[in-house]
Amino acid sequence: MLKISLDKLGNMFAEISKNMSLYLPVDRADGKSEYTKWEEGKEWSNSLNTVKGPKDIFFPQTEDMMEFKVEGKNIEVVDTRKASEDFVVFGVRACDVQALEILDRVFLTQPYDSYYATKREHGIVVSVACNRPNEACFCTAFGIDPASPKGDVSCWKTQADLYMQANTQKGEKLMSLLADLTQEACDEEVCKEKNAIAEIMKKLPLAKLDVSMFGGGKTQEFFDDPRWAELSESCIGCGTCTFVCPTCQCYDIKDFNTGKGVIRYRCWDSCMYSEFTKMAHGNNRNTQKERFRQRFMHKLVYFPENNDGVFSCVGCGRCVSRCPISMNIVKVIKKLGGKGNE
Amino acid sequence: MQKITTQMLVERATALLNNGTVSAVLGWKKGEYDYDVTPGVFKSAEELSEAFVYGDFSAANLSKYLIKKTDSITGKILVFLKPCDTYSFNQLLTEHRFNRESVYAVGVQCGGMVDIDKIKSIAGDGVLSVDYSSDELVVSTLYNGDVKIEKSRVLAERCVNCKSKKHVAYDELLGESGEEISSGRFDEVERLESMTPDERFAFWQNELSRCIRCNACRDACPACTCEKCVFDNPNSGVENKSPANSFEEQMFHIIRAFHVAGRCTDCGECSRVCPQNIPLHLLNRKFIKDMNDFYGEYQAGAEVGSRAPLVNYTAEDIEPSDVFNRRGEDA
Amino acid sequence: MNNINETLIPKVGIITDVRIDTPDIKTFRVVATDGKKAFDHMPGQCAMLSIPGVGEAMFSITSSPTNTEYMEFSIKKCGCVTEWLHGAEVGQQITIRGPYGKPFPVDTEFVGKNMLFIAGGVGLAPLRSVINYCRHYRERYGDIDIVYGSRSKDDLLDYREIIDEWSRDAGVNVHLTIDRAQEGWDGHVGFVPNYVKELGFNTNKTAVLCGPPIMIKFTLEGLISMGFDKTQVYTTLELRMKCGIGKCGRCNVGAKYVCKDGPVFRCDELDELPGEY
Repeated sequence: MLKISLDKLGNMFAEISKNMSLYLPVDRADGKSEYTKWEEGKEWSNSLNTVKGPKDIFFPQTEDMMEFKVEGKNIEVVDTRKASEDFVVFGVRACDVQALEILDRVFLTQPYDSYYATKREHGIVVSVACNRPNEACFCTAFGIDPASPKGDVSCWKTQADLYMQANTQKGEKLMSLLADLTQEACDEEVCKEKNAIAEIMKKLPLAKLDVSMFGGGKTQEFFDDPRWAELSESCIGCGTCTFVCPTCQCYDIKDFNTGKGVIRYRCWDSCMYSEFTKMAHGNNRNTQKERFRQRFMHKLVYFPENNDGVFSCVGCGRCVSRCPISMNIVKVIKKLGGKGNE
Repeated sequence: MQKITTQMLVERATALLNNGTVSAVLGWKKGEYDYDVTPGVFKSAEELSEAFVYGDFSAANLSKYLIKKTDSITGKILVFLKPCDTYSFNQLLTEHRFNRESVYAVGVQCGGMVDIDKIKSIAGDGVLSVDYSSDELVVSTLYNGDVKIEKSRVLAERCVNCKSKKHVAYDELLGESGEEISSGRFDEVERLESMTPDERFAFWQNELSRCIRCNACRDACPACTCEKCVFDNPNSGVENKSPANSFEEQMFHIIRAFHVAGRCTDCGECSRVCPQNIPLHLLNRKFIKDMNDFYGEYQAGAEVGSRAPLVNYTAEDIEPSDVFNRRGEDA
Repeated sequence: MNNINETLIPKVGIITDVRIDTPDIKTFRVVATDGKKAFDHMPGQCAMLSIPGVGEAMFSITSSPTNTEYMEFSIKKCGCVTEWLHGAEVGQQITIRGPYGKPFPVDTEFVGKNMLFIAGGVGLAPLRSVINYCRHYRERYGDIDIVYGSRSKDDLLDYREIIDEWSRDAGVNVHLTIDRAQEGWDGHVGFVPNYVKELGFNTNKTAVLCGPPIMIKFTLEGLISMGFDKTQVYTTLELRMKCGIGKCGRCNVGAKYVCKDGPVFRCDELDELPGEY
């Protein structure tokens, strides 16, 4: 375990930035924070929760994939992928680290998604124990311990210091860069911090949220539940929940004609959108109820069925706080989840 | 002014359900906390007493839901409308988006809605409950205990700049209806107008660069009621889910503002629902302000059937050259 | 970086032949730029074809894997990409990637079985691959029955191949039908599901259905009433796809992704899925 005094954080960010890009939550003018590339003068936000998770950094909302040069009847495919350089994502909460592991299950299973894989390979994730969960947080429902975040390096922030523990080779490489700024420390303060977080977690209104009713193999049980109609009745069909969700990964592939050629890019898509499944000859999800159901069935039933019981929700609370009509996965779990959620 | 309570609305709705005036009630449903209120349909006294809520977080404008709900529900629907919602209601009627006979509109007195983000910026994160029974809100928090906040400090932007406490449409009224207010709603627009073009461009670039193209602004907007939005049509050539480049993210909002110009009642839903806190209403207000200047005062939705300035030629209309010249003065 | 194979980056293919099959279906022959097949596949698998700037779409590979020279795609005009393709000439380059999806179990479950192929309209396209595969390895399979119907005689896909080749094979019985009587047609008239019932097949067969959803629905009901078990019946699903590799989320139904877990499904497997296809 190493530690660095909080007043030296700026030096640490500068040191990292000398070697590679550094992204961390920075406050915006509207009071929210978002992952931003560090430069001199930027400060790490006190609010650990960002409007969007670190998903963008590994799976950008828009990403060019290739280019086509078209001449007459001929086509040339140009691979525009660039070699990625190492970078650091700092200040990632435990839930968001888990979200990356969920994205890994999608993008890093064969066939590999090389766009995502390269960024994952070069990205060093520095997590931080979450000591300020808010009322919408429910990561513990998915077995996540906010006090012991995973990642290449785990951090704990106390009154005076930031304690750091490398977990992987990539993490150790980063820590070796910071050797002059850090010093050896015992984990006494970290243990205190962990206990304090555990106490806070007990007080959260969603501390007892129970998802054990859901999981793989429950399609028949939940799909035809009449309560989907009520749950989805006011859904306006926007993509807010999907886009702020750190685990949603559906995408579209589109062509953009630049006049000189065609860029094929991908961009985030949402199962909540009316066009998502529309084909030339029909749409298999015609109503918002069906689209709404798909999103939650996927997170709570279909995904765990294909992924050893792991849900594709991490309880980060973003959809809870950002949905325009305040309908979210917590309400779905409580409505359909039966006992344990009253 | 008497405080309007959830109980009063529930009692009235129950009576109207029971006497057969309406078969369903469009209102607001309680959430997990005090602030996460969801629009919803209630069909019985039990449902109403269990989940109906009206208070400082019943912000959602319910009028747009009438388009779909009047189609799917037989019999009349009771809808509760705050003053600003009644303008949207009228505008939708003007555009023949639902049948007036299918709706029983109850105007409900509004003391202004509050913004949970503003509350959190004062009381801190971890808001467990908000007691809004008086104008001094009591916010119970995880980290700072109970925090008392004057409601006026945390009013939603659109309520700070409320344009009217007057209900312009209703079958009956609960509580009092007020008057139009000469608010400072164009102050911010004027500030933007006084900027140099470069400053203004930088302002909007900064704001719009946060856009994630979730389309919440469009989907919540009572003026955006096209059966098929051009931005959802893959064959339109402009369909997109995410900003392919900065040009597109800016154009989406500007095109949308053009599409609703003259029909936008300035209800403020676009800015309320934006997950990225982009002040989208300022685009619409700029149009409203310009139309007022060019064609005389006009408020969309103030009355059913009124013709918006942009679709109503009169001999007094401003000459395009004057508009151009005025632009010259600005720049 | 560029040496890492990325399945989403396509190869260039050349259209070497365009055959007009019906008023709205054309069959395109495609090879890679080196003149060889773009890749190997198994019957029932699909490929993503695209025209840069127009779009990319999934099509079943109509030709049999036993054709080692080229691939064929029978494509009905019904959207942007297909419309563009219908205007394409020989020599036009397109992009191609694949193969995608789970094929028909031609080397496992189908071996030794009497096969009953039932197709409607352009639904013959994916079946042509497996029919020709079974004909090529004729000794591995029992009797082959093919029931094929379309709106009219002109709408019958691969008509010449059916008459000149399939009908002449020993142990292959072809039953054609069209929806409404027309001049110059002395064959059967009527819808496919009814014709299947009229023909009244023995249940010692493995059936493969492909066609419009309504045809599949009624044909399947007919087969069940004739005593077939759902485990004896295979069909294919078609949903919107973008990536083809089970990641973009579009063709997700229940815990399955049609692009990688399908398009071929045994009908008892479909019962496990929610009714959203």
